[in-house]
Amino acid sequence: MRAFARSIGHGVIDAVAKLGYFARLFVLTLRQSGTAFARLRLTIAQIHFIGNYSLVIIVVSGLFVGFVLGLQGYNTLQRYGSEQALGLLVALSLVRELGPVVTALLFAGRAGTSITAEIGLMKAGEQLTAMEMMAVSPVARVLAPRFWAGVVSMPLLAAMFSAVGVFGGYIVGVVMIGVDEGAFWSQMQNGVDWIDDVGNGVIKSIVFGIAVTFIAVFEGYDSQPTPEGVSRATTRTVVSSSLAVLALDFILTALMFTKG
Amino acid sequence: MDRKLTDLWVGMFVIAGVVAVLLLALKAGNLLSFSFSETYQVLANFDNIGGLKTRAPVKSAGVVVGRVIKVGFDDKTYEAVVTLAMDRNYSFPKDTSAKILTSGLLGEQYIGLEPGGDDAKLADGGKIKTTQSAIVLENLISQFLFSKAAEGKSDSKDSGAAPSGISAPPGITAPPGIGAPAAGIQGGPKSENNKDSK
Repeated sequence: MRAFARSIGHGVIDAVAKLGYFARLFVLTLRQSGTAFARLRLTIAQIHFIGNYSLVIIVVSGLFVGFVLGLQGYNTLQRYGSEQALGLLVALSLVRELGPVVTALLFAGRAGTSITAEIGLMKAGEQLTAMEMMAVSPVARVLAPRFWAGVVSMPLLAAMFSAVGVFGGYIVGVVMIGVDEGAFWSQMQNGVDWIDDVGNGVIKSIVFGIAVTFIAVFEGYDSQPTPEGVSRATTRTVVSSSLAVLALDFILTALMFTKG
Repeated sequence: MDRKLTDLWVGMFVIAGVVAVLLLALKAGNLLSFSFSETYQVLANFDNIGGLKTRAPVKSAGVVVGRVIKVGFDDKTYEAVVTLAMDRNYSFPKDTSAKILTSGLLGEQYIGLEPGGDDAKLADGGKIKTTQSAIVLENLISQFLFSKAAEGKSDSKDSGAAPSGISAPPGITAPPGIGAPAAGIQGGPKSENNKDSK
């Protein structure tokens, strides 16, 4: 009984301490980001790895999400005789919600895991310790470039996801089903505002990029330096960043889209 | 060499992302359709604007010629003051009339302009004098019921003494169609709405 109570207390204290470490490391990474920009090649190499290699999964998923939105949207809208609004429905749901959120979830699975595993294995192989021995800060040399690469890549990937998704909705809605092409685009253009909708979607994806990438970096840096520890850290990356993305999405949506 | 290749791929990735944002803003958003090169502002007072919102289109003969940029309220006359930004390329006669229409049965509301015959043109800061309010369904129903009741009473005395009752039903058919002639706007529904809202 006492052991049980003690384990609860330990759990709470550990969680709070981890949160504190998370926040401290976040500030530290921001403060030591100079290297990531001074030696831009480090960051560019990471963008190449994080961004370019995620392109295929993002574009293919975007296309299929657009297909499905086109089909489902059409089936629902034609009941009310307003299938012309299909373009609006596809574009708004992609730009506002699905683009940033689904991209962030895929990004956590595709890029977040590899960041965590890489940093975790560096730690397990004592490479990070070796860097510190050589007076090279692992935060500046390893963490910051990966973090900024993720922050840069994520909005770009989300925008591509949305654009490809709109195109997918166009293929299903206009080319296959035969919704009027002019109405498809004009309803979309009337209903989608480029600041309120597109701009807020981009802001969302930047926030998600910060959250997902930093959680991945942190979990790798914080992992137990054992094979088991690295695998657990990788799992935690996916779980916590997905939850963080969904929770943040709710908060951001409430802030952005509730006015008038 | 390998470094250069990485740079190239990353550059292409960044360009693709920026192009996607631009595509969304231009093709899906209203960045282009919103930017009339130059505009002049025209005011119009309405008894009731219904669900008209800022950025609603202003159309004449179905073509977008401007946008609503401001909706205000005048507490002297208790009327809505709507500011329209009109495209400079199009000018309208001074006695142009404006009415609030609905696109489709449940669609968004917009302002329809019907040009008059005056030689003088609407200038910047000008005012559209003849306006027709949005059709509010509840008012329409109450008018209809009211006129039905009046009809029932007047039928026994004089069948021609219910002009308001007769002009209400055309009001229903007006918005989706081409619209009633300008004379009808000034006469019938406008004066009725005035009485109703005050």
